[in-house]
Amino acid sequence: MKRFAGVLLAALALTTVLWAQGNFLINGAGATFPYPIYSKWFDEYHKLHSNAQFNYQSVGSGAGIKQVTEGTVDFGASDGPMNDEQMKAYQDKHGSAILHFPAVLGAAVPTYNIPGVNSALNFTPEALAGIFMGRISKWNDPAIASANSGAKLPATDIVVVHRSDGSGTTYIWTDYLSKVSGDWKNKVGKGTSVNWPVGLGGKGNEGVTGLIKQTPNSVGYVELIYAVQNKIEYGTVKNSSGVFIKADLAGVSAAAAGAAKTMPDDFRVSITDAPGKTAYPISSFTWLLIPAKFSDANKREAVKDFLKWMLTEGQNYAEPLSYAKLPKEVIVKETKAIGSIQ
Amino acid sequence: MATSSATVPAASPVSGSRSFISRLLSGDEIVRLVTLLFAVCVVGVTLLLVFELWVGSALPRHKFGFSFFITKVWDPIFDQFGALPFIYGTLVTAGVALVIAVPLGIGAAIFLAELAPARVSDTLEFFIDLLAAVPSVIYGLLGVFIVIPLMRDYIQPALKSTLGFLPLFSGPAYGVGFFTAGLVLAIMVIPYIISVSREVLLSVPRDQREAALAIGSTRWESTWKVVIPFARTGIMGSIFLALARALGETMAVTMVIGNTPTISASLFSPGYSIAAVIANEFTEATGDLYLQSLIELGLVLFLLTFVLNGLARLLIIATSQRGSGPSHA
Repeated sequence: MKRFAGVLLAALALTTVLWAQGNFLINGAGATFPYPIYSKWFDEYHKLHSNAQFNYQSVGSGAGIKQVTEGTVDFGASDGPMNDEQMKAYQDKHGSAILHFPAVLGAAVPTYNIPGVNSALNFTPEALAGIFMGRISKWNDPAIASANSGAKLPATDIVVVHRSDGSGTTYIWTDYLSKVSGDWKNKVGKGTSVNWPVGLGGKGNEGVTGLIKQTPNSVGYVELIYAVQNKIEYGTVKNSSGVFIKADLAGVSAAAAGAAKTMPDDFRVSITDAPGKTAYPISSFTWLLIPAKFSDANKREAVKDFLKWMLTEGQNYAEPLSYAKLPKEVIVKETKAIGSIQ
Repeated sequence: MATSSATVPAASPVSGSRSFISRLLSGDEIVRLVTLLFAVCVVGVTLLLVFELWVGSALPRHKFGFSFFITKVWDPIFDQFGALPFIYGTLVTAGVALVIAVPLGIGAAIFLAELAPARVSDTLEFFIDLLAAVPSVIYGLLGVFIVIPLMRDYIQPALKSTLGFLPLFSGPAYGVGFFTAGLVLAIMVIPYIISVSREVLLSVPRDQREAALAIGSTRWESTWKVVIPFARTGIMGSIFLALARALGETMAVTMVIGNTPTISASLFSPGYSIAAVIANEFTEATGDLYLQSLIELGLVLFLLTFVLNGLARLLIIATSQRGSGPSHA
């Protein structure tokens, strides 16, 4: 027992000495959706800069915003931008602002299970909003059938499936529906969890997929990455130029590029229903939440250096992990914004 | 041994002449203090839990007051929060679970304790204990892959065509919902009921049975009229243990209940439970009112468990005064 305590003490002393030699830990917490790429990035970056260690906990966007506001972590991450109220809360507490840095892009796709329909269905914004509002309740409704002349749609009741857990995917989906339907915006709104007018809730992408697979005549939404990796069939969605787009990484990046021209300087922008012929309309950034002011100069330089690396080399890790890369226009804008971190 | 330990508390005031130090040195006092500390910890943790839940839910308590309990809307976007559908779902699923599990569990316990040969009983007991130790996510998967399809394709249509005139068995059959959640919960709590009830039945003194048989009762009469009344409080204890587990179960329920806050007379309807909504929404809850409303739901679940446990105690006291056997609980 004594020996064990001795070893423990020695180990503790050794780590303290090592840490004292200019090593430092930068803690972050937030969204679960980008966790695979964040952990890859922090790992690769640590290999290049052995003295800077990033530690990221995927506790959820809400918890990420809360923790960075309370100052228990050095940076946060969120699938939805912070709202004005949250920005003000941060400003009041710290006396300085918090900055949003888009890291990668994600998208949500409509998936369904209709016996007898094997081809990819085309969804218009009106059809999607109507289905999820509960106004369109049969598969052979003209709003769906008019865009799918080839498919034999049955006269059965539609079973809507949505996420039951709070999630960035739900945020993207409801953000899109709020943009294309005034009715949705006023009655339901956008958020990581909403008061769904109709439907069953499944926990996680796998829960939604499970329910859809098991329930005939159902429709729901999952993350693009999840659908690609698990080879789940999904439908196309009509974008703002009137083209039906089947989601892929290029289409998602195109949406970000299309939105870049009108992008505000704080990057708190929704890119759903973005302009552009090839843009997939149900896309979104996921953001790193970085304080504008660091009291620790080491941490500040490390974070700034990491952000620069993330926008250049880091982006090459995105596509192998099925995340869409940031388009050039956004990278240029972000590189400029790094300078404002003090 | 039993008698000597029973006299210790009575003897302690007499031994007041022995100094505190000598009692400390002899070890008795140390044991008393340490175990007292452990016992106080239990109360302390419970009180701390209630305190934290109470303080953590200040916003919704002030904003909604009592209407939190009777509001049906749960809308994080427009900041409207009501607990009614979740309370309803929690009670209905736990109720369905007990309706199914109690007769099955007690029946099995009677067989194992009274009728089965000892070797069979012990072997089965091993499997039952194994079932009780299976993690709930496994039961959830069982629910998703076996119970839900069975429900949707066979059980619910059959119930609809025979008992469909009852509001309990009406509406579309999705497979997920109150009934499925209740059934999965029943499967989960049956091992508890069997295991505890069997032990209680086995601990009924032999002479009770022999006396009953000696005055000419059949085997069944001795079991039903003598052994079970004797073990009644213990069996009730097993049921309340099962109820507590059913009320608080999270993972398995959220996988099969449909996660839709509805109040419907139909057991086929999808629903939601308190534990499930907390687990689902807590991590991504943004905004203080939203987060604190979830914490208040935790407080409600605590209250619900507390009240039901209190009622259980009252029931046990009331029945044990009428009954003949001593209290096992």
